[in-house]
Amino acid sequence: MYRYDAYDQKLVDERVAQFRDQMRRHLAGELSDDEFRPVRLQNGLYIQRHAPMFRVSIPYGHLASRQLRKLAELARTYDKGYVHFTTRQNVQFNWSPLEVIPEMCAELAKVEMHSIQTSGNCIRNFTSDPFAGVAGDELIDPRPWAEILRQWATFHPEFAYLPRKFKIAVNGAQEDRAVIQVHDIGLDLKKNEAGEIGFRILVGGGLGRTPIIGREIESFIPWQHIITYCEAILRVYNRYGRRDNSFKARIKILVSALGIDEFRWQVREEWAHVKDGPNTLTVEEVHRVADFFEDPAYEALPADDVGYHHHIAEDLAFASWVKRNVRAHKKPGYASVVLSLKKPGVPPGDITSEQLELVADWADRFSFGEARVTHEQNLVFADVKKSELHTLWQLARKAGLATPNIGLLTDIICCPGGDFCSLANAKSIPIAAAIQERFDDLDYLHDIGDIEINISGCMNACGHHHVGHIGILGVDKNGEEWYQVTIGGSQGNHAAIGKVIGPSFARAEMPDVISELIETYIEERHEDELFIDTVRRIGLDPFKTRVYADRQPHRKVANV
Amino acid sequence: MSKVIKNGRIVNDDWQILTVAEGEEAETLDVPAGRVIVPLATWLARREELAARGDVGVWFASHEGPEALADDIGRIAVIAVNFPKFVDGRGYSTAALLRTRYGYTGQLIAFGEVLRDQFKYLTRCGFDTLQPREGRYTDTQLDAAVASLADFTEPYQASVLHPQPLFRRVARAGVKA
Ligand code: HEM
Ligand code: SF4
Repeated sequence: MYRYDAYDQKLVDERVAQFRDQMRRHLAGELSDDEFRPVRLQNGLYIQRHAPMFRVSIPYGHLASRQLRKLAELARTYDKGYVHFTTRQNVQFNWSPLEVIPEMCAELAKVEMHSIQTSGNCIRNFTSDPFAGVAGDELIDPRPWAEILRQWATFHPEFAYLPRKFKIAVNGAQEDRAVIQVHDIGLDLKKNEAGEIGFRILVGGGLGRTPIIGREIESFIPWQHIITYCEAILRVYNRYGRRDNSFKARIKILVSALGIDEFRWQVREEWAHVKDGPNTLTVEEVHRVADFFEDPAYEALPADDVGYHHHIAEDLAFASWVKRNVRAHKKPGYASVVLSLKKPGVPPGDITSEQLELVADWADRFSFGEARVTHEQNLVFADVKKSELHTLWQLARKAGLATPNIGLLTDIICCPGGDFCSLANAKSIPIAAAIQERFDDLDYLHDIGDIEINISGCMNACGHHHVGHIGILGVDKNGEEWYQVTIGGSQGNHAAIGKVIGPSFARAEMPDVISELIETYIEERHEDELFIDTVRRIGLDPFKTRVYADRQPHRKVANV
Repeated sequence: MSKVIKNGRIVNDDWQILTVAEGEEAETLDVPAGRVIVPLATWLARREELAARGDVGVWFASHEGPEALADDIGRIAVIAVNFPKFVDGRGYSTAALLRTRYGYTGQLIAFGEVLRDQFKYLTRCGFDTLQPREGRYTDTQLDAAVASLADFTEPYQASVLHPQPLFRRVARAGVKA
């Protein structure tokens, strides 16, 4: 994992001092609310429904055990003893008082963490594949590139006041696990015919109010030029993106308005000037950064572990956890483990200080001292010996972190919604809870198989509802909370935006609606067909018919 | 006469920035004698006359780009860029382009809603003069703001102030260090 050198550390320390002074001036009345706003946002600080919300950056989702312990300590000292992992692989504190944030920043800096550019109209945290470096289908490790670009974007003087926020994701595997198609820039590492490394570049994807799948602007840009190419995109966007209406200010709107060909032409025109300039990457710098991501000291192990297979055969509960929460690893004798933060009844992505500390201990004991955050809001140990899986599982189970539901219906992606967020139209966490409660039969869940439910409390789409196989969106209807349902969305290589099935529903109806969608799937599916594939094959109608068949006609007017 | 921060020092600046008032046309604006900065449209309409004076500068609105002045760069006494709102970041690109693409080496003023928390980014993009609204800051605050220009010592990326990115400026420590 990347470690700060003196320069990285100094920048973060200087930021702490700067923010301390900004907070002091704000509290002294020298910095008005309006002027403090972009300053605090670029430091991850929102003012929320009940308290400030403080978002800390986790570059491409990587955490060391000492960082996990620091988060635990901060949550205990300054918050209510838990934190929330987000769909952009970051972490949020929900209850810390405003005045303590500089102190939290200072503590974070001690473990090479910060909250720089986790919000605001600037380049945000870079996200990537949680299985980077260990996935069998990886072509090129995305992490060195994400780190290099992170440094380029951090405190970039020209792009701190963009028309709107800007999110970049990097993928280096055959299967895209970084959702690059719904990012402002999606970077897809690949090799050309000559075997040279470069990037396929997508631009203008995004969810929110106007969900759009990113379009390809370049099929191959050699690695040396990735910074200059991104600069060219950002400069065109900074100059010509709309600033008159924040709902139309994302780059996706500019790309749609110009058309991808015209946009590409403008970017290339700009790039012609900056290409081969000082921001051209050097072999030395790429190696310096890539060295941090060398394989850890794996032991030479047999591919199969007898004890492990014995436990699977003997212990059904362990077996079902293995089936859902353990993934193949590129090295014989190793596996990757997903710790579920989707225990029914716990808000998706939430974890307590005690649990964080246990995770840190297990990271040290089982996985080279590291853990990762997934955009599905779970945690990953990338490198666990198969022989130790059973021990890890027992510990995780005791701590409530071994729910065997990864990829299943109860592994719901959910934004904080109306319980925390002042922009919400409706609550989202209670919907997730009600659905989890309804589907509490593990055999049934396994029978339903892989399915993704995503819930957002409003159009801003923090819960990525557009790309959920089932998407749930909170809408406001005359001051009441209603929920609109989409099906057929998906992330990954076949990313698609879901389609609305019809008029929205009251909260109490939601578990029934989900049940009816699932029953329709069970009746219609072919053997071994997943929910999403059935939807793709038979379309919306059978689902609609079923869901609306025995609902009151007056529901129909509740369309929003 | 307004207080500005020029090259890291607080000085009085006597450039007068002309704006187009209601009922006036940029093209026919009355341009008084002395050190004045005219809107881009005024300059474009009367460039020969104004360039001949030698003491006339040009200012850009936030949506205007430096392309329009490409051929005049050497004849302009000073260039200013307006920040109508501090969140309007187009002026940063304007400055960077003037410095890196159009070879402008003269005085470059940021004016309008220019706030001290943006000073560092503004100077890194090539502004040498920062002109907050008249009376926006007390002298003490301005002093503190000048000091804050030194808040960050070694930025990562190349910019006008640091033409080379960190990885080309210094030898950075790697894993083995
Ligand atoms: C609690 C306070 C939060 C506030 C006020 C907030 C605000 C917003 C806003 C305004 C947008 C829409 C921006 C736009 O597209 O124009 C947005 C998008 C987004 N938020 Fe949040 N958010 C919050 C929490 C979260 C959390 C907890 C997560 C992760 C679980 C999250 C993840 C995202 C993501 C991924 C998007 C992007 C959708 C896209 O690509 O357009 N946000 N947020
Ligand atoms: S989707 Fe809406 S309700 Fe949910 S966190 Fe984002 S802004 Fe808040």
